[in-house]
Amino acid sequence: MSSLHSVLGELTPLPGVRGALVVSRADGLVVADALREDVDGRAVAALAASLADRMAGVTRALGQPEPVAWQLVGSEGLLLAAPTREDLLVVVVADPAVNAGELRLRVLRAAERAA
Amino acid sequence: MRSLEPWVEAPLTAFLAESGARLTLLMTSAGQVVAQHGFVRSLDVMSAAALGAGIMAATSELARVMETAPLESVTHQGKALGLYLAAFGTPRGRWIGLVVYGSETSLGLVQLFFARLVDDLSRTAPAELPPRQVLAEDFEHELNSSLRSLFGR
Repeated sequence: MSSLHSVLGELTPLPGVRGALVVSRADGLVVADALREDVDGRAVAALAASLADRMAGVTRALGQPEPVAWQLVGSEGLLLAAPTREDLLVVVVADPAVNAGELRLRVLRAAERAA
Repeated sequence: MRSLEPWVEAPLTAFLAESGARLTLLMTSAGQVVAQHGFVRSLDVMSAAALGAGIMAATSELARVMETAPLESVTHQGKALGLYLAAFGTPRGRWIGLVVYGSETSLGLVQLFFARLVDDLSRTAPAELPPRQVLAEDFEHELNSSLRSLFGR
């Protein structure tokens, strides 16, 4: 497993990214973070883990494999999360103007590296 | 949910809805129960309150021995259930929350919404009332009255 902080370090330089975290999926706690001061990492971790858990339940109920990423888009920003093989989540919080395609690629690559 | 203090009910109801906690107990640092949710028997709630207050007293003493600031929360994680125990300040003095949660929620969610509960309690607490003297002959009546309020009997 790569150093989690080096994994996060590849996400945060992208313009529009407000912060990135590695979250323990089972308990919704922050494992590592690189966040701007205005981002409440504890809240993001707890809610992202809960969202991932519920969405995984939906896909299970539909007989589908677990998604490789979840993207939540709001009027003031977006949240992108991808599971790793170690029961962790790589989570990024970004402004609406972020290049969502590039961010998605980076998050998927980060989830591979964090596994 | 049952509470001895009506102003505790709204913040505690919101916490229960958002955190998904199975059992919750709010008590003073001396172990006197203020509100409870999920306990069925008075014996259970009194035991849990005494044990929770004892654990927090022990961790405070441990912190003193280590010459560090008082430890504010303790978590016990089991396979099926987790227990979160946290001390916090209120305008009514130092209280302790004991939360039992299952796999339908997470420690992160419990911690997040517990912090909001603490904020809500601080904001809604009425001004401190002058301490009322409880006489020995009134003690049993007071205790029974509190238990009736907490269990609705």
